[in-house]
Amino acid sequence: MTDTVLPGAAAGAQNRERVRKSLTRRHRNETLFRWAGILSIAAALGFVAILFGMILSKGLPSFWQSTVHFEAYFDPELIQGGPRPERADFASPADHQQAVNTWQRAVTMSNWNKIVETGLREAAPDFEIESRDLLELVTSAGRFQLRDIYFADPEVLGQTVPVSILASANTDNWLKGTIDRSQPDERQQLAATTRALADQFEENGTISFDFAWHIFTNVDSRSAPATAGLAGAFMGSLYMMIVVIVLAVPIGVASAVYLEEFAPKNRLTDLIEVNINNLAAVPSIVFGLLGAAVFINYFGLPRSAPLVGGLVLTLMTLPTIIIATRAALRAVPPSLRQAALGLGASHNQTVFHHVLPMTYPGVLTATIIGVAQALGETAPLLLIGMSAFIANIPAGPLDSATALPVQIYLWQGNENRNFFEARTSAAIIVLLGLMLLLNAIAIFLRSRLEKRA
Amino acid sequence: MNALVIAALLLVLLTVSYQVGWSRSRKLADGKDTRLHSRPIYHGALAALFALLPAIVILGLWALFSQSVTNSFILAQLPAEVAQQQPFEVQAAVSRVQAIASGYGVIGEPTPMETAAASAYASFQQLSFLGVIAAAAALGAVGLFWAQRRIAPRLRARTEVEIFVRLALIACSTVAILTTLGIVLSLLSDALRFFSFISPLDFFFGTTWNPRFQSTGSGSAGEYGLLPLLWGTVMISIIAMLVAVPIGLMSAIYLSQYAHARVRSVVKPIIEILAGIPTIVYGFFALVTVGPFLSGLGDVIGINIRATSALTAGVVMGIMIIPFISSLSDDILGQVPRTMRDGSLGLGATQSETIRKVLLPAALPGVVGAVLLAVSRAIGETMIVVLAAGNSPVLRANPAEPTSTVTVSIVNQLTGDADFTSPQSLVAFALGLTLFAMTLLLNVLALYIVRKFREQYE
Amino acid sequence: MDVLAGKVKVTSKTLDQTMNPAELMDHPIRLSARDVTVHYGEKQALHGISIDIPDRAVTAFIGPSGCGKSTFLRCINRMNDTIEGAKVGGKIELDGEDIYSADLDVVELRARVGMVFQKPNPFPKSIYDNVAYGPRIHGLAKSKADLDEIVISSLRKAGLFEEVKDRLAEPGTGLSGGQQQRLCIARAIAVGPEVILMDEPCSALDPIATAIIEELIDELRENYTIVIVTHSMQQAARVSQKTAFFHLGNLIEHGDTEDIFTNPVNKQTQDYIMGRIG
Repeated sequence: MTDTVLPGAAAGAQNRERVRKSLTRRHRNETLFRWAGILSIAAALGFVAILFGMILSKGLPSFWQSTVHFEAYFDPELIQGGPRPERADFASPADHQQAVNTWQRAVTMSNWNKIVETGLREAAPDFEIESRDLLELVTSAGRFQLRDIYFADPEVLGQTVPVSILASANTDNWLKGTIDRSQPDERQQLAATTRALADQFEENGTISFDFAWHIFTNVDSRSAPATAGLAGAFMGSLYMMIVVIVLAVPIGVASAVYLEEFAPKNRLTDLIEVNINNLAAVPSIVFGLLGAAVFINYFGLPRSAPLVGGLVLTLMTLPTIIIATRAALRAVPPSLRQAALGLGASHNQTVFHHVLPMTYPGVLTATIIGVAQALGETAPLLLIGMSAFIANIPAGPLDSATALPVQIYLWQGNENRNFFEARTSAAIIVLLGLMLLLNAIAIFLRSRLEKRA
Repeated sequence: MNALVIAALLLVLLTVSYQVGWSRSRKLADGKDTRLHSRPIYHGALAALFALLPAIVILGLWALFSQSVTNSFILAQLPAEVAQQQPFEVQAAVSRVQAIASGYGVIGEPTPMETAAASAYASFQQLSFLGVIAAAAALGAVGLFWAQRRIAPRLRARTEVEIFVRLALIACSTVAILTTLGIVLSLLSDALRFFSFISPLDFFFGTTWNPRFQSTGSGSAGEYGLLPLLWGTVMISIIAMLVAVPIGLMSAIYLSQYAHARVRSVVKPIIEILAGIPTIVYGFFALVTVGPFLSGLGDVIGINIRATSALTAGVVMGIMIIPFISSLSDDILGQVPRTMRDGSLGLGATQSETIRKVLLPAALPGVVGAVLLAVSRAIGETMIVVLAAGNSPVLRANPAEPTSTVTVSIVNQLTGDADFTSPQSLVAFALGLTLFAMTLLLNVLALYIVRKFREQYE
Repeated sequence: MDVLAGKVKVTSKTLDQTMNPAELMDHPIRLSARDVTVHYGEKQALHGISIDIPDRAVTAFIGPSGCGKSTFLRCINRMNDTIEGAKVGGKIELDGEDIYSADLDVVELRARVGMVFQKPNPFPKSIYDNVAYGPRIHGLAKSKADLDEIVISSLRKAGLFEEVKDRLAEPGTGLSGGQQQRLCIARAIAVGPEVILMDEPCSALDPIATAIIEELIDELRENYTIVIVTHSMQQAARVSQKTAFFHLGNLIEHGDTEDIFTNPVNKQTQDYIMGRIG
């Protein structure tokens, strides 16, 4: 035995000396390690901050859009088509509808641009500007806005009415400075006179920044980017989420109940278990391939339909709901089951009357997490054709539609980057806001349910 | 109207049959010594099942086939040459007849033949609807009759209802299996069709990816070498792991071992926000912020970094995966028994020594499993790479250059009008199969490792 | 086989559990505690404990569960520092040095005051690496040969060497419960501590393994100051020379083991020893 392991005082002194010698180095390592942890957390938090800062700073201004207010004269000489056809004059509803269509077409063909132009010139009487450049100031959908006012109320014919029309995307860029104002003329989207007029209008209040409600009420638009909105994408997402909730929750809970409470413990059950765990980790794009091959190619369901999107997302969400419900079922104390069984309840009664109600908060949370995840999913939807440009609000789950995340994808690819970077960020804010809302609902309901339990 | 009638029929069937089952079984029990095996509500439920199921089956069949039956009926009313036209013309003719029958009318004057067909169709429609309703009601009544005849004190109504419920539960749990089966079969069959155009050798070992779209109708099928895509995928995943593993693991360690409970309860949910953000948002973030930042950084230090590159996509994907790694690691570190930690601290180890030399080695299998799961997630990730990797399927070692991945190519090949016959679209399924196989392998391995790890401390 | 051998050995040898008080007088005070209090958050777990613990003897802490005996034990090498929300007041001195003073390094303290826990907790490493862990982190061995020497002699002192000498590279978690606990004792000894704290070291073990550990404790007494927490009065009577009785966070009575067991002064101590307090 050497002195290195001598117990007692002699070795004690030697050991203490050696321990002491190592202390400086070890405490330095400790500090370094701790700092590595702090830095990692700072980095993670920093990423969250930068991500949200970027999206909010880019997206929020987009909710206030430059709008031109002026007086429009609905000139009877310019508006064609005559009075609106009456139902009584026609034999069948079909004939009447055709006449209305003809009338609307004629009205639409009228020179609405002239009406817009006249109105704008009235607002800036002394300003010299070419017609083409003047019309660049407002969105090209402005004329349809006036037309729709006339459709809604043909009585305005011959009257002067105050109207608010969105400025064009380029005007908005110029006024908000999202385009570099110091760039030379040839790099600017708008003519110098248009830019000057825009500045003048902003100063005298003809152009103001109004809350852009149309982001929520309009559909996507290519010809008039300023009016592009999310209503179509929102409805598409809504239909899909309804499909997901209606299908995924009952099926998911039912499979979880079966697997956890009834299934015999054998190889088949094991296989299902492994299978579900793996399904939860299958890349979402593979579900898109499944949807394209099975739902569209094999069953012949329509492309771009929210129903198909909803089915694909249902299959994707199922594992999440099954796994979470099973975890919730497992957390129910066995004593509860034994108590119910002991009172003579059947196995089914025990599960459905006593065990399952205990899991509602867990199931609810899982559902919301699953739905939120499905709401943000993009890749599989691209494969089933939901990335097409859709100019209508889908009226049902079989109509062509797009979805909020897909709309984000489409907008970020738009050539008018200056305008659509902000618009995309705004769409992201809406999407994240919806997810936040879902989570808030989940937390609220959960606390209510838990209080009652 | 029709929907209302159907709903009313079902509702009536439901109430009547439930009531019959309930009251008959009660009557049996009343005043006699016989005890019912099941409570009356189960007799009611059983009777309702017997009555409703056949009716629903009839209505379901009608919903499935009414379209084609109607079409062939209308065509039978119209002259034979109508049916020989192009499909869309046939459909237009049928729609006209339906429009006239509904009273909406058509543009212009309907031909006498159309009017005749329409009136025939209208009465057929009425008749067939009545017939179906009657059939459903009759079958429901038969079911109910049979059910109520079976009612007896010893009838195990509850057991039968429970068997039915059990069957419904089993049917639901097969959905998950069918999904997997559907994925495997559809990927396999379409991938095999692709391999009938292109040899698997050329696909798996080809070094050029250039699937020309057949716009000119020429026979050239393009080149479908997987390797550039696979390399892009691997490179981006490696970069993502280099970002996510150190940050995620160190955050988990700090939060679980050093931070105060209050700090943890604030910081943890904030980091987990990153996990809830849709990937398309990360893609946009990469495109608008991270890409230009990295490119600017490259300019400062004198390296040419492209804004859309493997580096950009990898870094952003790493950020996305941080919460995944950190929450899994947190979970796994929590599984290592506290006594292990105490043992080390009790010997005079510093906290970092305890973590590095005891906790981490003990948790290593679990952490490896978590990282494998994260890798599988990284290689399956789509939107970030679609937006930020630059879509340049060329074999290149430099991560600062644009690249492409398996997922990006799937999206590129299958968006637009997929016809499922050309190799250009079908290759997506071969790529999907490769992706599925890779992720499956990683997942099975990871889950196995994690499971073994858990068992060790249970 | 070795378990059987151990059994025979224990039964054949009567433990020397009684030293006469005069003999104990030779043992200087190693540890002294004054008015030690512990709070876990709002809750007070210890109410002013004062006790002196002699060198090279076994001191046993007994008392019903939740009485604070383990809490006090964990104060002696500051393991309570690792519990969030724990606050220690009062004063504990090791060789006249305040162990809670700001300039005392807790790492150094724990190297001097080793600890063995309730449940055997070998690291998931080889037997060799388990024992070598302490010397390695503290830099106690100058060479590989030094380290081998420390490991082997520690295992020997823990009475485990003969049983494991052929499988030093195998994982420590593969040993039986009693062997694992002796491995943990060897691991503590390898650092060369002066005091060894044992927190119910036998509660997870069967009677045979317990007997072996008790015998080991008796042997270690010659070179180390040992403090053992136990819920078994018989064990306290068998292995200790001094006994302290804790109840509801208070130190009720302490003194020579023989006195406490045969002639307790306090009514509560009496009740406990008679088995009236659970």
